Amino acid sequence: MKVMDKNLGLEEVQKLEGHTDRVWNVAWNPAADGVIASCSADKTVRIWEQSSLTRSWTCKAVLEGAHTRSSVSVLRGHESEVKSVSWNASGSLLATCGRDKSVWIWEIQPEEDDEFDTIAVLTGHSEDVKMVLWHPTMDVLFSCSYDNTIKIWCSEDEDGDYNCVQTLSELNNGHSSTVWSISFNAAGDKMVTCSDDLAVKIWKTDISRMQSGEGYVPWTHVCTLSGFHDRTIYSVHWSRDGVIASGAGDDTIQLFVDSDSDSVDGPSYKLLVKKEKAHEMDVNSVQWAPDKESRLLASASDDKMVKIWKLASEP
Amino acid sequence: MDSVLTNKNPIIYPKRTRRYRTDQSSTDEFSSTNRIRDIKDPEHPELSLEDLNVLTEESVEVDDHKSYVRITFTPTLPHCHLPTHIGLCILVKLVQSLPARFKVDVRVAPGSHDKETTVNKQLGDKERVTAALENPELVALLNKMMQVC
Repeated sequence: MKVMDKNLGLEEVQKLEGHTDRVWNVAWNPAADGVIASCSADKTVRIWEQSSLTRSWTCKAVLEGAHTRSSVSVLRGHESEVKSVSWNASGSLLATCGRDKSVWIWEIQPEEDDEFDTIAVLTGHSEDVKMVLWHPTMDVLFSCSYDNTIKIWCSEDEDGDYNCVQTLSELNNGHSSTVWSISFNAAGDKMVTCSDDLAVKIWKTDISRMQSGEGYVPWTHVCTLSGFHDRTIYSVHWSRDGVIASGAGDDTIQLFVDSDSDSVDGPSYKLLVKKEKAHEMDVNSVQWAPDKESRLLASASDDKMVKIWKLASEP
Repeated sequence: MDSVLTNKNPIIYPKRTRRYRTDQSSTDEFSSTNRIRDIKDPEHPELSLEDLNVLTEESVEVDDHKSYVRITFTPTLPHCHLPTHIGLCILVKLVQSLPARFKVDVRVAPGSHDKETTVNKQLGDKERVTAALENPELVALLNKMMQVC
């Protein structure tokens, strides 16, 4: 589905108030429509639900004091705070990363009462790992770091050992400062990354070759979008219908799409919408709703707000 | 803290006469400097960053309209091991005193320190800064540096 160009804008649908400190991240429930979770420096997680009647969101739960609740599993291992978690496509593997520079992979053991076993502790980054993300269709893990690189990990041998198969650094058109976030397009053949170097970069791979079992196929740089944000870009997210959203320390949310023009140099991307003062302070996270029709975007900020936006034609 | 000081005999600069202003409403170089000039040096708590010329009025760039403040500070010695503490203290003090709309950048004066890039990058990463500020010993030191005698 092509995104049409006419007068599109990001319209604020609702401001979700409640957190008492900066909101670091938001996530849409992949199975339940209109349910969002947000986490904050106020040490709580809030669950917000959209009423089917009024279509507006209210806070349904505030989760605090996690250790005092009866948890199902506690996964110990990291030496300092854990920054990011990611489930693989089948839900059998969980990846985590943190300030201790390591990436851990845990496997759920359904026959052992859903216990988690550590199957890998990957050290390779020389600094904090900001985010981990599994590829949407293959068990290939991506991590990005304060060391300015993106590392790609997969298990190529029969032992099932994970190794770093590629590092995207400044040497291969990578970022020149901390990489904060990664996101894949729906097909899984393209990836977008963002950084403290004020750039958004697009990468690609030959997904059919990789899926055919030929072995690992490297990712290559497609293009760099710079000059759009003037402070650290904390988050990027690629929607199912091909719109890339970015949120940054300049308080803006910006949307980019494939420019669809055939140039000799290959595909390029262009700015679709720039929302100035999307928040009063830094935008820490942007996430598109998982369905294809709604075109809703959630954002989280240092201003303690979560906001819901809709990509729609302006009147 | 270390018992051996890196800079045993710092140069102390003569105090400039302070201009006092009655208008507290807007932010500019002067009021931003005022907020941070009295921060005490971590090694010499009887001396301020202004006394040691770590900070001067020229250190401060402000754009009130764009809600932006940039502080450039000069450590007393190029290999001094405390620029992160000084930078963090300046950052914390300003974030505490300025309205939330302000973006604050604190950096080491170009060419003035061996670890300039490392320190600047640390000060610019808010996750790192937040993590550092969860260390009670560091917070105690920063509070001591910000104590007004």
